[in-house]
Amino acid sequence: MSSQDIPEENLPAEQEHAHGAVSVADEKNPFADPGLPPHEHRIQDIDERAARRSERMVALLFTVSMLATIGFIASYVAIPHDKSIFVFPIGHLSALNFALGLTLGLALFCIGAGAVHWARTLMSDVEIADERHPIEAPADVREKVHADFKQGAKESAIGRRKLIRNTMLGAVALVPLSGVMLLRDLGPLPGTKLRHTMWSKGKLLVNMNTNEPLRPSDVAVGSLTFAKPEGLEEHDENFQTEIAKAALMIVRLQPENIKDKRELEWSHEGIVAYSKICTHVGCPISLYEQQTHHVLCPCHQSTFDLSDGARVIFGPAGHALPQLRIGVNDEGYLEALGDFEEPVGPAFWERG
Amino acid sequence: MSTTTSTESRSRGKAPAGERIADWADGRLGIYSLAKANMRKIFPDHWSFMLGEVCMYSFIIIILTGVYLTLFFHPSMNEVEYHGSYVPLQGQMMSEAFSSTLHISFDVRGGLLIRQIHHWAALIFLAGMFVHMMRVFFTGAFRKPREVNWLFGFLLFVLGMFTGFTGYSLPDDLLSGTGVRFMEGAILSVPIVGTYLSFFLFGGEFPGGDFVARFYSIHILLLPGIMLGLMVAHLILVFYHKHTQFAGPGKTNKNVVGMPLLPVYMAKAGGFFFLVFGVIAVIAAIAQINPIWAMGPYRPDQVSTGAQPDWYMGFAEGLIRFMPGWEVNFWGHTLVLGVFIPLVLFPLVLALIAVYPFIESWITGDKREHHILDRPRNAPTRTAFGVAWITVYMITLVGGGNDLWATHFHLSINAVTWFVRIGFFVGPVIAFIVTKRICLGLQRRDKDKVLHGRETGTIKRLPHGEFIEVHEPLSQEALHTLTAHEQYQPLEIGPTVDENGVERKVKATEKLRAKLSEAYYGEESQIPKPTVEEYKEITSGHGHH
Repeated sequence: MSSQDIPEENLPAEQEHAHGAVSVADEKNPFADPGLPPHEHRIQDIDERAARRSERMVALLFTVSMLATIGFIASYVAIPHDKSIFVFPIGHLSALNFALGLTLGLALFCIGAGAVHWARTLMSDVEIADERHPIEAPADVREKVHADFKQGAKESAIGRRKLIRNTMLGAVALVPLSGVMLLRDLGPLPGTKLRHTMWSKGKLLVNMNTNEPLRPSDVAVGSLTFAKPEGLEEHDENFQTEIAKAALMIVRLQPENIKDKRELEWSHEGIVAYSKICTHVGCPISLYEQQTHHVLCPCHQSTFDLSDGARVIFGPAGHALPQLRIGVNDEGYLEALGDFEEPVGPAFWERG
Repeated sequence: MSTTTSTESRSRGKAPAGERIADWADGRLGIYSLAKANMRKIFPDHWSFMLGEVCMYSFIIIILTGVYLTLFFHPSMNEVEYHGSYVPLQGQMMSEAFSSTLHISFDVRGGLLIRQIHHWAALIFLAGMFVHMMRVFFTGAFRKPREVNWLFGFLLFVLGMFTGFTGYSLPDDLLSGTGVRFMEGAILSVPIVGTYLSFFLFGGEFPGGDFVARFYSIHILLLPGIMLGLMVAHLILVFYHKHTQFAGPGKTNKNVVGMPLLPVYMAKAGGFFFLVFGVIAVIAAIAQINPIWAMGPYRPDQVSTGAQPDWYMGFAEGLIRFMPGWEVNFWGHTLVLGVFIPLVLFPLVLALIAVYPFIESWITGDKREHHILDRPRNAPTRTAFGVAWITVYMITLVGGGNDLWATHFHLSINAVTWFVRIGFFVGPVIAFIVTKRICLGLQRRDKDKVLHGRETGTIKRLPHGEFIEVHEPLSQEALHTLTAHEQYQPLEIGPTVDENGVERKVKATEKLRAKLSEAYYGEESQIPKPTVEEYKEITSGHGHH
C-alpha cells in the first residue's frame, strides 16, 4: 500500500498543525521535556479503504475461529480415541488429541488475533495522559483518621481497662491452640518404626522379579539382584510402606575383593545384601558398575562402594548403606540372619 | 422531588436496554462511581508489561482446566488392578489416583488435551512469574509505593511452586512419587521435629495411604484459594497505583501516558488472553508432557534414570544434589546437615530477592513515590545484584540436572557437580563484576550519544585529507529520554564532631549505610550523566566530531 493511493480529501488538516506544534529546543535547557510527541496517523485513520481492509481481516479471523470450533466438535465426534497418526517432524501422535488441540488452539488464537488487530488498526491510538495523585492521604485526612481512631479507642476504654485488654488478648491467643490440637491425629507418633523393617531371622530372600526364593547359585558374579522378604506380596495392603524399607539389592563379589571385615563376615560365599534405599533422601539405588562394584543412586548421584562396606565415595549421601546379615538355611536358600542393625533410608534426628 | 423522579424514570424508560440494566445495577451496587474512575483508565504500552498478563491468563487457564480434571480424577491411594484401555499396564497394581489419570489420558475424549494444557500452563505460569518478577526488579518498579505489591507477587511465585509440586505429585506415578520421597527425606532432616512432621504429613510411614488425598485438597483448594486472593489484591493495587512507565517525552512522575482501558486495553488485553490460551492449546496438541503411562505407577523400590522435577523445582533439586553429605552424630542424635542446609538455603535464596526493595530504600533513604521506570543500566549495582542472583539460581538449576548435563554433553558427573559447588560461590561474584562493568559501559555510551550525537555511518573527507564520521545531534525527545534519570549522591555521615567540639556518636548501622551508599552511588558505581553546561560547551561553535 503506497501513499499515492490515499485520496487527497482524506488527509486531515490537523496534520499540518501537528507538524507545526513540534517544540523547538529550549535555548536554556536542551534536555527539557518537549512534551508528548504529535500523534502520527495510521493508514487506516486517513484511508477508509485501508480501514475496510482491516475490518475484513478482523472479520476473517473471527470467522476462522467459528470454523475451528465446528472442526473441534467434528473431531470429537468423528475421530476414535485410540487412533494414532504420524506427523512430521513430531512423530506418532494421538489423532484425537492432535485434532482437538489444533482446532481449539486455532479457535482461541483467532479470537485473540482478531481483537488485537482491531485494537491496533481501527481503535483510536491517540495517547492520553492521566494525572497521578499521591497515594498517601493529605495531612488533614491523616489527622482526622488519627483523631477518629483515638476517639474510638478512648470510648472503648481499652487503654484504661487493662484487665479487659489482657484477658481478651489471652483468650484470642489461646483459641487457635484448639486448631493445632486437632492436627494431632494426622498421623501416629514415629516411635521406633523407622528402626525396623520386615526382615528377621530366618526370612528367605525372595527374588523381586520371579517371586521365587533365592539360592546362592542364582546370584552370578557381576549381576545385580533385587529381593524382598518372604511373605510380602504385591497385593498386601501395606506392601508399599513395607517395601519402602525392606527393598534389598544383592550382588556377588569375590570374597578376596571384599575390603571390609564386617562385610565379609555378614556375607555368604561373597554374596552381600544391602538396603536398596539410598541413605540420602530415600531413592531406590539401581545402577551397578560391575567392574568397580560401585552402585549409583540415579536421583542425586550418591555413589557407594559395595566392596568396602558400601561407604559413600561421591555425592550428597551422608553415610554408608546398611548391610543385611545373610546366610543359607538347611534347604540351601538364602535367608536373613536378623533385621538391619541400623535404620535404612534417609537419616533423621533420632537416628543417632 | 417526586415529579423529578417520575420524569427521570420516564425518560430512562426509553433508554436502551443495556443502559437500563446498568442503571438498575448502579442503584444497587454503585457501579457508576467505580466505572467513572476505571473505564477510561490509562495504561502505558511496553512489551514487557505483558509478562504479568501471561501469568494472569495462564492462572485462569489452569483453574478452568483444573476444574475439568477434578471431574474425573480420584484422589485415592487404594490399590487397584488396572483394566483400562492402555494395554501395557493391564493387570498391574496401581493406586486409584494413577489409574484414574490413565483413564483421563486414554478413555476420556479430550482428557489428555486438558491434562496437557493444565500442565503446560502451569510451567508457563511459573516461567511467566519468574520473568515478570525480573522485569519488575531490573526496572525498579518495586520502589515506593509498590513494595507491598512486590511482596504479593513474590508470594504468588512461591505458592505457585508448591501448588505445582503438589499438583504433579497427584497422579502417583513413578516420577512424581520419587519427588515426594525426596520431599519426605528433606523433612526428615529437620532437627528435633522432622520425624514427627513426616509422620503427620504422610499419616505414618512413607508412603502410607494418605498423601494423595491430602495433597489434593492442598492443590485444588488451599493454595489456589490463597493465590486467587493474592492475585486479586495484586491487580487492585496495579489499578490503584496506576501502571509505571518508562521515561520519554511527555511522560513524568506525575502522569501516566497511554491508551484507555475501554476500548483499546480491553481489546488488547482481552485478546491477549485468547492468544495465550490458543498457543498453550496448540502446544498441548503437539508436545507431550508428563507421559505417566510411560513411567508406570509409583513403587518406593523402583526408579527411572534421569528423574527430573518440573523446572521451577530444579533449583531445590540442585541445592540437594551438590551439597556434600555432611552428617553430625552426637548424644544419640543425628544432624543431617547435608540435607538440612539445602532445605534452609531454598527459602533463604528466594527471600534474598524478596527483601531487596526494603534494603535498597533503606540505603537511598528515598521516601518519594517512583512511577518512572529505571533502565537497568542506570542502576548498575541493583542490576549487578539481580544478575548475580539469577546466576546463583541458574547454576543451581544446572546442578539439579547434573546427570542430564553429564549424559548429554559427555561430561563426568563428578566434574559437573564440582563445577556447581564452586560456581555457586564464584559465579555470582563474577556475574556481579561483569554486569556492573557492562552497565557503566552503556552509561558512558549514552553520555557520548547525548554529547556528540548519533553515529550516522557517513564518512566525510575533509579538504586536507582527514576522514571523519559525521555525528548527527539527537532530537530533543532523545536527549530528554537519555538524561531523564536521577542520580543519587553517596550518603555522607558528616562531621563526627559538632560545632562545640563534642564528639557525636555514629551508629554502626549508619556507618554501614554510608558504606553501602558509597558502593551504590560512588564514583566507581555510576557515570555522572551529562550536564547542560557540558552539552552547550561541546555543541557551541567549533565543528565537533
